Amino acid sequence: MTDATRHIPDRLQSPAARALKSWESLLLAVAIAVFIVNSFASPYFLSAWNLSDATFNFTEKAMIAFAMAMLIIAGEIDLSVASIIALASTAMGAAAQVGAGVPVLVLIGLGTGLLCGAINGLLVTGLGLPSIVVTIGTMSLFRGISFIVLGDKAYTGYPPGFAYFGQGYVWWVISFEFALFAVLAAVYAVVLHKTSFGRAVYAIGNNPTGALFSGIRVARVKFVLFLLTGLMSGLAAVCLTSRLGSTRPSIATGWELEVVTMVVLGGVNILGGSGTIPGVVIAAFVMGLVTFGFGLLNVPGIVMSIFVGLLLIAVIALPRLWAMWRR
Amino acid sequence: MSGVLKSREALLVAVIAALLAVIASRFPSFVTPGNLARVLNDTAPLIILAVGQALVILTRCIDLSVAANLALTGMVCAMLNVAMPGLPVAAILALAMTMGACLGALNGLLVWKLSIPPIVVTLGTMTIFRGLIFVISDGTWINAHQMSPAFTGFPRTVILGLPVLAWIALAVAALFLLVVARAPLGRAFYAVGGNPHAAVYAGLNVGRTQFWAFVISGTLAGLTGYLWVARYSIAYVDIAGGFELEVVAACVIGGISIAGGAGTVLGAVLGALFLGIVKNALPVVGISPFWQLAISGSAIVIAVAFNARARRAKGRIILRRAEAAP
Repeated sequence: MTDATRHIPDRLQSPAARALKSWESLLLAVAIAVFIVNSFASPYFLSAWNLSDATFNFTEKAMIAFAMAMLIIAGEIDLSVASIIALASTAMGAAAQVGAGVPVLVLIGLGTGLLCGAINGLLVTGLGLPSIVVTIGTMSLFRGISFIVLGDKAYTGYPPGFAYFGQGYVWWVISFEFALFAVLAAVYAVVLHKTSFGRAVYAIGNNPTGALFSGIRVARVKFVLFLLTGLMSGLAAVCLTSRLGSTRPSIATGWELEVVTMVVLGGVNILGGSGTIPGVVIAAFVMGLVTFGFGLLNVPGIVMSIFVGLLLIAVIALPRLWAMWRR
Repeated sequence: MSGVLKSREALLVAVIAALLAVIASRFPSFVTPGNLARVLNDTAPLIILAVGQALVILTRCIDLSVAANLALTGMVCAMLNVAMPGLPVAAILALAMTMGACLGALNGLLVWKLSIPPIVVTLGTMTIFRGLIFVISDGTWINAHQMSPAFTGFPRTVILGLPVLAWIALAVAALFLLVVARAPLGRAFYAVGGNPHAAVYAGLNVGRTQFWAFVISGTLAGLTGYLWVARYSIAYVDIAGGFELEVVAACVIGGISIAGGAGTVLGAVLGALFLGIVKNALPVVGISPFWQLAISGSAIVIAVAFNARARRAKGRIILRRAEAAP
């Protein structure tokens, strides 16, 4: 806590040296290491189609993670994302039951996501409520509505063309989902790092009152971020529903944790104010590759979740332990 | 007098009474003493956990790992009972509480010593604990016939018309009502949550106080772990899945402010009772149990909006007076 003797350097290190020491390059090294270990651990790892399959482990979660990263940088959080997926998927399933076409289904999925995001945003910015409790509440509410509609049943029978979003390929081994992930990564990186909106997000996360006095419409920016997170959850719902071809109310259970882990692993400060999109992209690859590698070695999913939990804590704990040890 | 009327506890008592009256008007059998005792017994785990969670939230933290702690401790108790059927219940109770306390202390240490945000710590330990249950049990179930009669019988033993499980919940609630009202640690929870900076100047160690809140929450979760497994006579990976949210819901409904420092243990207990009555009334009134999740979700949102509104109204009155003065 007492950092009164903080060392202030006479000059900054060269940009190259700083880039080498950054969280992103450390993470990249981890990603490469995981890749190498995996290719030795299993003979089935290094195949273009297997690797293409591996990307499905993280593309949907990463779409949400981009928006979540901006939300967390702005000092808020949304724990209802997985429940938004459930509700959007249920809405699409209900529409498919009455014979809606593919474009209508996609619009319903995205629209439900937007609506849920707007509800979260209104409760947080309009009523000034803490986002963590609001989204714990809407997390039960959104998934609860799915349970009311579906009970113990499932929606199947989506139109044939709908399968493209989760199962289609754009070119050779590049799936539609992966292409979408790449495009979204670029868009979010530009928005967060190159626009005034992105600068406002950092300003709000570092000092909301200061941002307000600098003429930033704090409530509006936060509302837009909740909308974006809802929209991305709706998009993930379209992809996931299309990939699975069915909807149950328990769809995507626990994803909120994995998305938050991805964001934090990507170097975003959970208390807001710092983080980058490239970091989140690399974190998505690390988590996807680890999950896929464990899967090839027949490690059950719940054991992998221990790893995710450990990773979440270790990623924050290790730098702090390191700093304590050096002092 | 007006203070009593405006308090969250009085409001909740009124809401619960109204709820019971509405149910009783159509289904009189719901409010018979025997059935109310059954509802209390069914709500007992929620009450015990809500008391612990209330203390944690008072100190500006949150413990999302309570349900996983409960399930892990419950599984260890059940496996111990299978391995050593002769072990007395007292030993199992002691072990459950010690183990729960250790798991809680792990959360507390990470929050205290490494200053990691509590939500991150407990989201992480929540998945780790759940995963550990799978590792130690290999994904298998432990059923009633594998447990000893003494093990499963303890929480169901009826004393003075109430099962032991319900008595434990009442005792826990009474104990912590006293601790929070009278003991220095109890007052420290409010001081730390209300204003951490002022608490430091008052000579309180903020991190250590939060650590103790996590230890208490963990101990109660461990205790509930044994009681849960014994009462339902079953232990598997997913017992009490998602229960942590119901616990937080009980606290928020009970008027515990997520910003820390405001709310009472009694409120949390009443919040738990409210959810318990709703849950038990749904099948009686003929509504599908699938509605429960959405109802508790709406209750959280409404309660938190209510909490914030109460706070804001106070601010406005001060401003109005200031305007009127000159």
